[in-house]
Amino acid sequence: MALKLRDFTRWSEAPAKHVETASTPKINILRGLAARATTPLLPDDYLKLLNPLWSARELRGEILDVRKETEDSATVTIKPGWGFSGDYQPGQYVGIGLRIDGRWHWRSYSLTSIPRRDKKLISITVKATPEGFLSTHLVNGVKSGTIVRLAAPKGDFALPDPPPPKLLLVTAGSGITPVMAMLRSLKQRGQQPDVVHIHSAPSTQDVIFHDELRQLGEDGGDYRLHLQLTDDMGHLDFEAELDGLVADWKDRPTWACGPPAMLDTIEQVWKDAGVSEDHLHMERFVIARTDKGGEGGTVTFALSDKTVEVDGATSLLEAGEQVGIQMPFGCRMGICQTCVLPLESGHIRDFRNGTEHGEGDRIQTCISAASGDCTLNI
Amino acid sequence: MAISDIKEYTHLTPEDVEELGRELDAIRADIEESRGERDARYIRRAIQLQRGLAAAGRITLFGSKNKVAWTVGTGLLALAKIIENMELGHNITHGQWDWMNDPEIHSTEWEWDTTSPTVHWKKSHNFIHHKYTNIVGLDDDIGYGIMRLTRDQRWERWMIGNPVYNFLLGTLFEWGVAAHGLETTKFRKGEKSKGEVLKDLKIIGKKVGKQVGKDYIVFPALTGRAWKHTLGANAVANLIRNYWSYMVIFCGHFPDGAEKFTQEEYETETPAEWYLRQMLGSANFNAGPLMAFMSGNLCYQIEHHLFPDLPSNRYAEIGERVRALCEKYDLPYTTGPLLRQYSQSFWTIAKLALPNRFLKGTADDAPETHSELKFRIRDGVRETFGVDPATGKRRGLRTAMRELQMA
Repeated sequence: MALKLRDFTRWSEAPAKHVETASTPKINILRGLAARATTPLLPDDYLKLLNPLWSARELRGEILDVRKETEDSATVTIKPGWGFSGDYQPGQYVGIGLRIDGRWHWRSYSLTSIPRRDKKLISITVKATPEGFLSTHLVNGVKSGTIVRLAAPKGDFALPDPPPPKLLLVTAGSGITPVMAMLRSLKQRGQQPDVVHIHSAPSTQDVIFHDELRQLGEDGGDYRLHLQLTDDMGHLDFEAELDGLVADWKDRPTWACGPPAMLDTIEQVWKDAGVSEDHLHMERFVIARTDKGGEGGTVTFALSDKTVEVDGATSLLEAGEQVGIQMPFGCRMGICQTCVLPLESGHIRDFRNGTEHGEGDRIQTCISAASGDCTLNI
Repeated sequence: MAISDIKEYTHLTPEDVEELGRELDAIRADIEESRGERDARYIRRAIQLQRGLAAAGRITLFGSKNKVAWTVGTGLLALAKIIENMELGHNITHGQWDWMNDPEIHSTEWEWDTTSPTVHWKKSHNFIHHKYTNIVGLDDDIGYGIMRLTRDQRWERWMIGNPVYNFLLGTLFEWGVAAHGLETTKFRKGEKSKGEVLKDLKIIGKKVGKQVGKDYIVFPALTGRAWKHTLGANAVANLIRNYWSYMVIFCGHFPDGAEKFTQEEYETETPAEWYLRQMLGSANFNAGPLMAFMSGNLCYQIEHHLFPDLPSNRYAEIGERVRALCEKYDLPYTTGPLLRQYSQSFWTIAKLALPNRFLKGTADDAPETHSELKFRIRDGVRETFGVDPATGKRRGLRTAMRELQMA
């Protein structure tokens, strides 16, 4: 009898088994049953006509509020729709998809909200960068009420619970954002490890969360902040100055986030000092983007665990076939869409019109060449 | 014998054809660059409308015991099914909206509301039919393996039933499309194994189960005592959709003037000649905005075949530019009223039930197929073509056809 019930449950949820659920997996039994009447769609596809957040087919959220933090940064508060789990870790990032002129553009931003708190809302803090099309839009142009796409939070840059007794945080610019989630979570949980925080920014006005950081120092916990204001003080010379700032830095598990140059320096200094690798956690925001375009590179096929070096005249389809992957294909001339695969990371270029595609786009492999290193999900 | 030398047939030099290709590429580039929010809004609204109609139809049919409710509900549902299959399913699967990078409106994700699984359709239609359009022996859509659609195809005894098969295909169109995915012609030729056919049959079976379950079990059951009426309404809605899609599709490649090609032509084809084959092999029909929408903009079949992955809402504007090119290169642009286009297709099907010896035209000069020989037969005609140095006006295929007709 028990077995039959389980069979029935499995049958019921079959059409909805790939749908993410935030609350209870049981909801997919209901969703699956209703999908018998809505096939090939899900009930969500109809319900979202009533409320755009009532769909778990793709994670989505509604922008409630955009609040300026500094001149060029803002905190965006989002109400997630069905299927989004608030069970993330402080330090992780979330994928945000925003529709601009008909196209969805994706970027990842560190969550600055506290997991499972904040009335189930999430927030990200974004710094507008001159070359950052999406970040500029988020800081300056997004109205509340806008519907965005979300990707489930992920990332290894996270603070364990319970935290180590002593730790070091090194951040610069918008690199503060994942660390802010960590600091807020520590406070929320009532944990008070010995924290030293080195943060760099051009000037006081540019320090995101300036008041909150100051407040943390005054709250009397074991939190010490060193602000490196680079307009006056120049960049921190880790090799020469770190010992003076934090005498025991080698003993402290470290979380670092900031521009690539800073992270490269830190990596080197830590390595030279012989500090164990798992003591240093780093988050890199910037993926090196080639401005060459279609010049080839190393293509990684993530699921098949294969890589191949190709030139700019080889299609990604041919690249995959070279290393023996069963790539989906059809017309091989860009008209049938059989070969479309998601681009996991990196950039590619469409042969036909030179359009460059980036992370999160679905691309036709038969008419695309690598623009630097890239990863396909197959 | 259908067209083997497309340049000779169209009275164009290799340079002309390359130039035409460049002009068509320019149209593509213009449209690609100007795609934006306006287009995105169009498809989002089309989807909303379609889902609204479907929901309204299903809800109305809860009262299907009432005659008015039955009629209204059936009509709404039929409308919803037609829009889903034509403007949404067919076009989204072509990748027309992939540029939006929206996973919910994307060729890799869309499953359409019909018994044919999208994965099969992408192969038989997007790939085979759109790449090998109207090449006798390569494009299975010339008769779908169950009819003779051009006298280039050898007559066999079973083809005497051509008009009957045609009627059955129109009635059971959805099932015909699903069965087309099995590629029975390939199986008959021994190019596809029984195992592969069975595997495809399983995929079809799964989709059929879901579709049949919805229309003939779930919704009738939900409407309780009115189940018989709901079941009938759903069947009629499916039938209306079948006839309409059949008619639109048949008007795309089978009216007079939609040319057929030989494999020889394909073997030496350049990308620009591929464009030219698409232009000559397809036919439009006249439609206002509403008809265009209900046909999934396939009243612009020529434009669709030139640019299968450009957004359907732009075909009307592309059409104006394609017409201008036809004017410039003196090429025919095949179009006409829907009923005339359909009756031409039907007449071809009816005639071709008979072997060629009973037919008046030859495979070089018949309503449904021509070849360059048609012009060679009559000595000297070709000499007078090209750009007239005095007037700068081009005398090409269209003029040649007219003159032959008058001769």
